[in-house]
Amino acid sequence: MAKRIDVKDLDIYYGDFKAVEGVSLTVEPRSVTAFIGPSGCGKSTVLRTLNRMHEVIPGGRVEGKVALDDQDLYASSMDPVAVRRTVGMVFQRPNPFPTMSIRDNVAAGLKLNGVKNKKRLDEVVEASLKGANLWNEVKDRLDKPGAGLSGGQQQRLCIARAIAVEPQVLLMDEPCSALDPISTLAIEDLINDLKSQYTIVIVTHNMQQAARVSDQTAFFNLKATGQPGRLVEVDDTQRIFSNPSEKATEDYISGRFG
Amino acid sequence: MSTVSTVGESAPRARTTPTNDDFGGRSGGRAFKDQLARILMWGAFLIALIPLVWILGSTLLKGGHMLLEADWWGKSQAGITARREGGGAVHAIQGTLIQALVTALISVPIGVLTAVYLVEYGRGRLARVVSFMVDILTGIPSIVAGLFIYAVWVTTFGFQRLPIAVCFALTMLMIPTVVRSTEEMLKLVPNELREASYALGVPKWKTIMKIVIPTSFSGIVTGILLGLARVMGETAPLLILAPYTKVIATDLFGGLMGTLPTMINQDRDQTLQPALDRVWGAALTLILIIFLLNILGRLIGRFSKVKS
Repeated sequence: MAKRIDVKDLDIYYGDFKAVEGVSLTVEPRSVTAFIGPSGCGKSTVLRTLNRMHEVIPGGRVEGKVALDDQDLYASSMDPVAVRRTVGMVFQRPNPFPTMSIRDNVAAGLKLNGVKNKKRLDEVVEASLKGANLWNEVKDRLDKPGAGLSGGQQQRLCIARAIAVEPQVLLMDEPCSALDPISTLAIEDLINDLKSQYTIVIVTHNMQQAARVSDQTAFFNLKATGQPGRLVEVDDTQRIFSNPSEKATEDYISGRFG
Repeated sequence: MSTVSTVGESAPRARTTPTNDDFGGRSGGRAFKDQLARILMWGAFLIALIPLVWILGSTLLKGGHMLLEADWWGKSQAGITARREGGGAVHAIQGTLIQALVTALISVPIGVLTAVYLVEYGRGRLARVVSFMVDILTGIPSIVAGLFIYAVWVTTFGFQRLPIAVCFALTMLMIPTVVRSTEEMLKLVPNELREASYALGVPKWKTIMKIVIPTSFSGIVTGILLGLARVMGETAPLLILAPYTKVIATDLFGGLMGTLPTMINQDRDQTLQPALDRVWGAALTLILIIFLLNILGRLIGRFSKVKS
């Protein structure tokens, strides 16, 4: 069910401002790719183009190619809503729907897309919560509001909600930056489990996290202040952290800048 | 000689306890300004309170006894002259409620949908024009709304003056308040919730219907009820478009219709006590209905669908 992502010569704009330039990279199925780099270099922007969330922002547009198993996501015949069903996303801050219970939050993607079969929904809710390592903590209070959980639990609830629609790819935009170390560990373990089924791309500011969870790491940086961000280097995580080919990457990772 | 020291007990050290002087103390000037601001604010609050208490007090004193009579809630003014006591306000209460209900039925969909357009879809020139128009509508005096409907309804189309025309005029006054309050509530819904929904592959219109509006539902309803309470007290369009009658008239297309504001207006220059009592009673009834609507609005705000 996991799919490969091919990005080729991707330029990303906010209105007239070119935010990211010339990104090309490949993400293999059932692998974890980490995007690292200083703030404002376009990591999240690139991530959001992978499920066409970038264009939700007024003025947001892209040039270049993003393909999912050879299917061009930006082809004119492609429905962005369908793309987002295939490529799920977890955000920086946990954002459960405040009007919904835990159960309804997980089932939201299916329910809002017209699935009514209660038995099926219950099965998906249980499977997704188990998949997100949350089932044991919430199985007795599925009807309680999702916003009542702790931050780490809420984030796992959001992961459960994202995998409930059975996407092929899971995008994570700094999923742990609002969480404490223990919740972070829980999410990282979860990423390791999910890897067997999904293609995962994660944006992180935490380089140890990138080293721990990812197979491949992409380092982004700004050319210069006011210039568009670009992909400096993408390679096996092991290599990036031990022997990167670009000096900028080494400087960033060793803490000499950024 | 040995000293036994326990944890927490340390050898005496020369210590200076910080005094106010170390921080420069509290300057007399600042304390004075603080007091002055406090007195000014409380003074302003109390002055603002005077007319409110006065109005409530005198309406209660002069009209309160009318509301205690069973006839007030059970009879109209049919066949009652200014000289005679008795009769009730049912015709006016019904008229006010019917007109308010129909006004709400027209204004709420238009107002809420306009707000949804402005917040969720509106970009560029059209949105700016719509927003500007709503601003202008907000400032329209009620008598202008009444005269405008009169000009269209009676002068241009040649129809009779009818209670339904009052509803149209009140709609003009209610739509902008509904648009503005709904807009504020929709803006309060965090963008992250919309994005979370899009990221699940939920189309935009469904995101608005199932996520954005439910999240802001209680706020929208509160805004609507407060807007409704406001138009219920409007008098000018009623005077222009639907003359008062003492009998029960519930047909919006029937010509005359009694309402609380016009009932007050009807007898306001009377000198006979029974008529004056009715004026105060009607005023208190109107205040009471608007008060209840406000309470209802707050209650709905509390029983919000947003759980935590």
